[in-house]
Amino acid sequence: MDVFFQQIVNGLSLGGIYALIALGYTMVYGIIELINFAHGDVYTLGTFFSLAILTALGVSGEVHGVALVGVVAVTIVGAMLLCGLTGVLIERLAYRRLRNAPRLAPLITAIGVSFILENVMQLWRGPSPVPFPDVIPNPSFAIGGVDVSAKQVAVILLAVAMMAALQLFITRTRLGKAMRATAQDRDAAQLMGIDINTTIALTFLIGSALAGAAGFVSGVYYGTTWFYNGFEAGLKAFTAAVLGGIGNVTGAMLGGFLIGLIEAIATQYIPGGAQWTNVVVFSVLVLVLIFRPSGLLGESLPEKV
Amino acid sequence: MPPVLRRAGPFVLGLVLVAYPFLDRNNSHVDFLANAGAFILLALGLNIVVGFAGLLDLGYAAFFAIGSYSYAMLASQQFGVHVPFWLMLIVAPVIAALFGVLLGAPTLRLRGDYLAIVTLGFGEIVPQTFLNLSQYTNGPNGISSLDQPSLFGHPFGFSATPYYYVLLVLIALGLLAARNLQNSRLGRAWMAIREDELAARHMGINVTATKLSAFALGASFSGLAGVVYAAKLDLVSPDQFQFSVSVLVLSMLVLGGMGNIWGVVAGSFVLSFVNSFLLPQSTSLAHAAGFANLDFTNYRFMLYGAILVLMMLFRPEGLIPSRQRAAEFHEASGDPRLEAQEQAEYEGAAG
Repeated sequence: MDVFFQQIVNGLSLGGIYALIALGYTMVYGIIELINFAHGDVYTLGTFFSLAILTALGVSGEVHGVALVGVVAVTIVGAMLLCGLTGVLIERLAYRRLRNAPRLAPLITAIGVSFILENVMQLWRGPSPVPFPDVIPNPSFAIGGVDVSAKQVAVILLAVAMMAALQLFITRTRLGKAMRATAQDRDAAQLMGIDINTTIALTFLIGSALAGAAGFVSGVYYGTTWFYNGFEAGLKAFTAAVLGGIGNVTGAMLGGFLIGLIEAIATQYIPGGAQWTNVVVFSVLVLVLIFRPSGLLGESLPEKV
Repeated sequence: MPPVLRRAGPFVLGLVLVAYPFLDRNNSHVDFLANAGAFILLALGLNIVVGFAGLLDLGYAAFFAIGSYSYAMLASQQFGVHVPFWLMLIVAPVIAALFGVLLGAPTLRLRGDYLAIVTLGFGEIVPQTFLNLSQYTNGPNGISSLDQPSLFGHPFGFSATPYYYVLLVLIALGLLAARNLQNSRLGRAWMAIREDELAARHMGINVTATKLSAFALGASFSGLAGVVYAAKLDLVSPDQFQFSVSVLVLSMLVLGGMGNIWGVVAGSFVLSFVNSFLLPQSTSLAHAAGFANLDFTNYRFMLYGAILVLMMLFRPEGLIPSRQRAAEFHEASGDPRLEAQEQAEYEGAAG
């Protein structure tokens, strides 16, 4: 039983990262109905940006006390800002022109952007995995036979805090309201005086910033990264968004944690384990899309004619 | 172009291509052309799915893998089975088409972008499965020493020339098939679905069966290319079928012009040329000129990405467009030129 609970803890911390990425997919899809294929690569970019900031700060190992709080705060805010700006730039250059084009056109562009980002990162940090410094001290403590590490706690707490902040922003602020209105009916929102372009750019800013945070968290959690990381993580996070109901912010969080749990448990209990986890996750995606395309929390909308 | 040239063009091109190995004794050039031929075959198949039927398939390399592995498993020492190469040219496309139906049947009801992601998942699962089932496929090492094809008792040997001719024949047949399909009842049904699925359904088209046939036919081209490619390379391994292969073939379509057969052929030839000739050659030129750190082949992904982005933004119908496809792209994006033209036609009709 201990093994099972151990995998639950592992799954939840994995899931925290997926949930943060899934939020970006779901927000963008909710507002312009585009699967932002490049989102996974923005997440990897977040890890690389964090790495660059840590290098600039001269941090290469564990940090303690007040300095730890400062280093984490500076790195995470910096990575979020840089990723957010990247997201806005991508939207402006590659997607805005195609907002009224046939649906597959921006999707093809998004794949192109993804390939460009991957190539840029490969040229920047090379084709091999890059180590990420152990910034956070990592004592682990046992709770009834289950090992929980400080990193795992930090990942889950950080993810939950981000999600709570996002939820508050969307439901309680004017800008959040504008985002919801634009997602619901773009033309009507525009008639009500909402600046559509700014609102969509804001969506990309927030979604990509969350991916940047996820990038920092995953660097700390795994201790390594490489330029192609975002492809797989992006697909899993997209699966999470679909599982939760695409366009639904709460659904993306739920889906993220569920995919993390499914992955951890599949790794443990399927013979051959780790090498089949991708197959399991993609099978979940296919099954959800076939049997419940609206996801767990999404409403099924009739297709617009 | 005068009609005489239009008719004669393909014949002259065909003659030049048949004569080419006799004119150019450089085996590496013929080898390049044969590889390009395999990609032309792939692009022709994907064009049926994406260009004609308008279904974005991002896991097309999976069918290429299935074709290649079929040959590797049914014509080598791996299981001691030795199905002749020529028979495999029929068997493997059938196997690939069956997998196409298997994937398509449950998923083709999905909306376009979801379908794209599901096919992408399939494209990841297939090579991963070949990698994981190492007791049958030798895992990452792949299967080598495949049976050598032979014609009338003459084995193909290690020269690329026999494969070049096989591919030339297959491409000719593929072009013929694609052109006839395009003008057939089925082809018109594909285009009707592409333009407006709901309207097509109401005109009595069986949408699911029509989409499935596009998937199956597209997959069979890929399976066919897989057999020849595997036999020529004498090796099949999972890393030959990554996502980038699917994206490469898609870039060929986007560059040349989705839905236009000649555009697709031109696009895949140009991109193959850039990929396996221009980039390596200019790299060695740069090295010779003293730029030792410059390696243009490292920019491949950037090239595919840039083609996809720039073409979609500025010329979504491709360099050699299909007229219908061009109209669809510009109608939806509210192209002022097209709108002005429609307005003029409308006023003309009213007056």
